Parts: sequence; structure tokens; C-alpha cells
Amino acid sequence: MKNRFFVFLLCIPILTWSSLLSAQEKPIAFIGATIYPIEEPFIENGVLIIQDGVITAVGDSRTRIPRGAVINDVTDKVILPGLVDTHSHIGGGDGGDRSSAMHPDVRVMDSFNPLSPSIKKALAGGITAANVMPGSGLLMSGQTIYVKLRVTSDVQEMLMCVDKENEVCGGLKMANGTNPIGSGNSPGTRAKSAALVRSLFIEAQDYQQKIIAAQNDATKIPSRNLRLETLVEVLEGKRTVHHHTHRHDDVLTAIRLADEFGYDMVLQHVSEAYKVAENIAASGYPSSIITLDSFGGKMEAKDFSNKNGAVLEAAGAAVGLHTDDYITDSRLFLRSAALAVREGMSREGALKAITLANAKMMRVDDRIGSFKKGKDADIVILSGDPFSVYTHVEQTWIEGQKVWDRANPEDKKVATGGYGVFRLNTHTHTHEGGQ
Amino acid sequence: MSLLIIGSQTLTKIVLNKSFINLMRSFLFAVLFGATTWAQNSNNSYIIDAEFIHIGTGELLSNGRILVNKGIIQAVGAQYEIKAPAGAVRLEAQVVTPGFIDAHTVVGLAGYLNDPGSDQDQLDRSNAIQPELRALDAYNPEEPLVAHLRNHGVTTIQTGHAPGAIVSGQSLIIKTNAQRAEQALVHESMLTFSLGGVISGAFSKPGTRAKAMAMIRQKLHKAEEYAHKRAAGTLSSTDLGMEALADLLNGQTQALVSVHKAQDILTALRLQKEFNFPMVLDGVAEIYLVLDEVKESGIPVVIHPTMMRATGEAVNVSMETAALLAKEGIPFAFQSGHENYVPKTRVILFEAGVAVNNGLSSRLAVQHLSLYAAQLLGIDQRVGSLEVGKDADLVLFNGDPFEYTTTVDLVMIDGQLMK
Repeated sequence: MKNRFFVFLLCIPILTWSSLLSAQEKPIAFIGATIYPIEEPFIENGVLIIQDGVITAVGDSRTRIPRGAVINDVTDKVILPGLVDTHSHIGGGDGGDRSSAMHPDVRVMDSFNPLSPSIKKALAGGITAANVMPGSGLLMSGQTIYVKLRVTSDVQEMLMCVDKENEVCGGLKMANGTNPIGSGNSPGTRAKSAALVRSLFIEAQDYQQKIIAAQNDATKIPSRNLRLETLVEVLEGKRTVHHHTHRHDDVLTAIRLADEFGYDMVLQHVSEAYKVAENIAASGYPSSIITLDSFGGKMEAKDFSNKNGAVLEAAGAAVGLHTDDYITDSRLFLRSAALAVREGMSREGALKAITLANAKMMRVDDRIGSFKKGKDADIVILSGDPFSVYTHVEQTWIEGQKVWDRANPEDKKVATGGYGVFRLNTHTHTHEGGQ
Repeated sequence: MSLLIIGSQTLTKIVLNKSFINLMRSFLFAVLFGATTWAQNSNNSYIIDAEFIHIGTGELLSNGRILVNKGIIQAVGAQYEIKAPAGAVRLEAQVVTPGFIDAHTVVGLAGYLNDPGSDQDQLDRSNAIQPELRALDAYNPEEPLVAHLRNHGVTTIQTGHAPGAIVSGQSLIIKTNAQRAEQALVHESMLTFSLGGVISGAFSKPGTRAKAMAMIRQKLHKAEEYAHKRAAGTLSSTDLGMEALADLLNGQTQALVSVHKAQDILTALRLQKEFNFPMVLDGVAEIYLVLDEVKESGIPVVIHPTMMRATGEAVNVSMETAALLAKEGIPFAFQSGHENYVPKTRVILFEAGVAVNNGLSSRLAVQHLSLYAAQLLGIDQRVGSLEVGKDADLVLFNGDPFEYTTTVDLVMIDGQLMK
């Protein structure tokens, strides 16, 4: 017995050591590809090394590859950071209802389906993170979520939080122009829309003042008000407003309101940005825009132009691109950027507009959006030039895990479509444990 | 790229910067201050030189030249073979293709504002069977979406009523430079049908697929009687709807049947067999499930837009279908289709591009955008390829037509520069 016990004692450090070893994954080195780090010029025949879900090195062919690394020869391929979509409706979530025009308390998180096939579709397009929003039919349709498209059935495991302490893991969707008009009894006009929003923010300012004045005295603190609490987060700069706006005058109205209350804002869609590009640039608010196969489809999009990217870039405004999936298809997000290049945007600007610029708009650029040591190992491997019609997304990786692979027939079907691929609730994730 | 006027006395050369913006600026300048009269006058001669010319027949000509005079293609060949006549305007491009033919759209009936009060004439919901409705009486040549298609190389469209009714009306075939509907190449081209779940969404009757088939079969039997009486001269009055259906049964027009689900494709084939009318299948998201049946029928297809959203009846749509049809030898053309919201139309150049991304060769894609589409619509005597005697409808590109970053430099229709 004594002997056995001794053997057991001897084993403890060995067991501990081996479990430590298995916790640390082998590094993976991607070699031979053209790498776009985004913050640096592209690297031909580059080396990208990842380990334990983060980037450990990026450089040219002389970059030292650690001993024991798994070599992934991707010669002639192109590697981009995982794409970031600043405006998406994947996951089938919803927002506020017609009981009111403003629902800052409503969370898209509470209706988001992580098993929706639309999420696989985004992975097939190289998208690894997204701002998932409720709709635009209301002045405030609810809270958005910033999600990493990790393979999971629990939305909470996907959240990327701007402010972990206060659990702020998204923005607030607002809208002006015709979409929120006529969805209920009020607002019926643009001026009324702005008045309603201003009144509610003033109410939130009062609520904020009461909380400050109470100085943690429980008897004086006002009772919790979910609507106003969210707006206080906005007023305190913890939560970004994502403002749907199309017509040039509506864009300036959105800017006027943000200036009045001093909140952080991203202009969303901005169909007529080219008419007020100088004003947008001077305001300092970034624009999250879309490219489309045609203008029109509603009054506000009648003057839409794919030149917005080029014009905003020339004006010196921060600009990103989004899919607004289902308006455009997440699988074709690179094509969206190519259409901006077609109309004069720089290649560098367009690549930034689907990665780092968007990570900044979501304030998660410390984790994603470019290849930098310590950032998440979210990568997209392409068969060729990012803006070519002949290019395919071949693999999508999130935090060091391959989550989509065109070489896998089941995954390829997501890229092309076909029988039963997008039937809701029948599509299971092929990378889920054991499946 | 350069634009030259070859004259007997003067030789004017405007060298344009490669940058797109400069190019457009210079071109606008040229049009405004010198070329206005050429654009208005199709009697001008043009020499078009290109690194590659897609003839439309599948043939690819390198370092080719096209001679255009009086709106008609006069010669096509190698640059050294064709002499530039005095006074001809010389154009240069990387790639030239025939003008593209959008085999099914609703633009001109459906407008960009999407305002039911002013520009949405693509579907009348008073009755599920209305063969008497003519696109001719609703087409707006000034619709900005028509110019949008034209700017992307589309020179001819078949446009008409949208899917959603069992019979929604008669389509027309028109060039995108037309100023009046009467200039249509074909005034009453096809009767637009649709089958499947989409109809019950727009009408209370029929409420089911089976009811829709009972209604249209009854109507076609009536039309048979009407056609007999018409032939015998014993009609007591004219019925516009019956006239159109009788024309169909006599083979004077064709049915363009929009359908997506495999079972509905087979229903369409069954209906066609029963009444033996000329038919073209349209949409056909699930055609890959019933490929043998379609192939056996010999019926051509206007394929759904490659990027069509995978929702509703078309939930099983595949981007690889165009390549599959080409491989199987099923004749097909591209369409921009019908969009209800943003974007208000698709563009066949882009749809074909995504088909190229999914296995269709770019040379075949050009062919399906041009000659095959013209053949399907029965207008290949006039358009669809860059062959001598045909209308001078062509597109000048600054690179591979399907590359996302290539742009259309110029569009010529009937020998007139439109862009």
C-alpha cells in the first residue's frame, strides 16, 4: 500500500504538467500567403502565427516559427482579419413593438437565435463579428448586441462587451426619416420624431441627475426604469447609438441630436452621404454604409449611390461597410467592399471598412479588426484577391478554431445554397461537439 | 483609353487618364463640347478597337475591330483587316461585348420610388387571371431604373408584369434607349404566368395550388373554344383576355411561367403538355431536383437571379444552378427579376458575375447574356451578337466584364453612344 501511495505521489507533478501542456495549444503557423494586417501594408509570402486563440506574430517570411508549431501552408492564398459587420440582422432577432415609438429597454439579445442558419451564412462570407440590430421601423427599436460568431447555442457566449462591469455589450438602435413615421399613431412627421427623441433624452438626463444627487443613498435613489437606464448609459458614453438615417437632411438631424446630448454615434446607411460628406467629416461621427446593386426601393433610397465610400473617404470621414443582412447577403460581404472600390474607394480604405473601421465603431478594436500581437486569432483565408469576382472564402477561423471550411461539403453548401440548406431549425452546426 | 476622331482634314485626339474619375470627366467634356451631335446622330461611323471582343457566339477575338455605320455592324475582324473610313470616330476598349439582354424584368412598370401611388404598375390584384393586361400600356421609358440597367451594359429588356398572379399580363421586348413604348421590338411578347404558393399571397382566390390549376385549365379550355370560333369567324364579340390566350394556344405568343418549387415546375410541364403551348420556364430555384424532366421537355429557362434571396418559395435556391444548366445543355438566359424593396432592381451583369464565381465560365456567361438570350426571346435576327448586319448594340469595358472593379466605359445602342 505504501508503495502504491508513493507512486501516486510521484505521479501528481507529472499529471499536473501534462494537463498544463494540453491546456496550451500548439502554435499554428500560416505560411506563404499574402497577409493584410490592415494597420500595416500587405505582406507577400507572409507568416501569421496564432496560439491559444490569439495572434502571437505576424511578419514576412523571415518571421521565426516556434518549434512544434503546426505548419499550415497557404501559399498563393490571401489572409485577412475576420470581417466585422456593423449592421446585420442575422440570428432572426427582433426589437420593440408598436406599443410605442421608443423602446430603449428592449434587447435584441432576448430574441437572437444562435443556431440560425444565417449565422453560418455570415461565416461563409468571412464575417467573424457583427453588430446585430433590431429593425428600423421605430425611433428607438432597442439595444443591439456585438457578437463574435462563435459556435454555440447560448447568445451570452457570443457577446463582446464594451463595458464588462456594466454589461454593455452592444449599442442602441435609433432611426429617423420615413421608416419610423407611421408605424403607430406617432410620430407622423420628421419634426415630431426629433421632438419625441429629445424629450425622452431630457427625461433621461433628469433621471441621471436624481441618481447622482442620491449619492448612493438607497432611500433617495429613484426606482429602476429600464428605458431611462439605457439612455443614461448612452448619455454617459458607455453605449453607442447606431442611427439609421438616409436622406441628407435626416443625417444632419441625427448629428444635431447627438451633438445636443453629447452621445457617441455611428451613422448607419447614410444613403445620401455624398451630399453632406463635408458636414459628416466635420462632425467626427463615423459612417457605416452599404453598397447596393441599384438605388431605389423606397423614397429615401432614391438618390442612393455606391460612391458614398469614395466620397466619405476623400472628405476624411471614418467609413465602414455593412451588409444589413438580409438586404445584402452576408456571404457576399467582400463583394460589397469591391463595389465601393468600383466606385472609387481605395483598396486600403475598403479593406479597413470591413475590418478595423468597424471594430472601432463597435469599440472592440482592442480585440479584433487587424492582425496585431495579442488580438483575437480571427482570420479569413481567401483563394485570391479580396476584390476579385473569381475569389472564394476558403476558411474562417475564430479565436484559433476553424469554424467554416469550404473543403467540407456541408460547409460549402452554405456558400452556394441548395436543398434544405437554409430551412430554419433543421440546420445543425457541423462543428458542434461530437457532430 | 483614347477617343479619336479620324477626319480627312483634322485629327483630334483626346487622351484620357486611366483614372476612372478623370476618364468620366473628360468624356463628359467630350460629349458636352464636341460629341453631342454624334450621340444624336446614328448615321455616324464608328471604329471600335479592343483587346478582346466577345462576339456573343462564344468566339473571342483578340485585337479585334468593329465597324459601325448607320446603327448597324458593317464589319468585324482583326484590326489590320478593316480599314477605318474617313470621318469615323474611333473608340478603344479593353473588352467589348454585345449589349446584354435581360430576359425578364419589371423595370419601367415597377419604378425606383416603390410608391404604390405613382410608380408601381407591375401587378394588378383585381383578378388572378388577366392575360389582357399589356406592358405596352404601362411601360415608362423614362424610369431611372431603365437607365441604371443601360449603364451596366443592358441594351434590351423583356419587361412586364411581376410574378404573383396566375396570369399577370403580356410582356414586351424593348431596347433601353427607347423613348416611347411603341418603339418596342416586340409589343406582345410573352404571357407571364406564375404558379405555386406566391399567388395565394396576392389573391384570396385561388387559395391553394390545386384551385389555381383548376382555374387556369378551365380558362384555357374556354380559350380553345374561343380560338375555334375565331378561326371559323363565328365570334359575336371580342374578349381581350381570350384573344391573348387564343394567341398563346395558336403558338403566336409564349408563356413565361414563373415557378420555383420542384413540384410546381412539374405542374407547369404538365399544363404545357395538356394544352401544347410554347413555354419558357422562369425562376426555377429547385430545377436541380427535376433536371431530367426539364431537359426532356426541351423547354428553355430564364434562370432566377444568382443572388436571389433564399426565402419563401425560393428558399432552396443555389448559386451553382447557372453552371449546372450550362453543363447539362439546358438553354437559359439571365434575368434581373423582381424586387419588392431595396435594391429595387438587380443587374444581370452582376448576376452573371456571381454565376461565374460559382462555376460558369466567363465566356459562356457572356453568351448567355447575349446570343442565347436573343434566341430565347426570338430576336436574334437583330440583336444578341456582334455579327455583320445586326444592330450596333455593344458595351465597352475597361477590363474583364465580370470583375467587380471593372467598369463600363461606354454603351452603344443602334450605333448611338448612350453612356
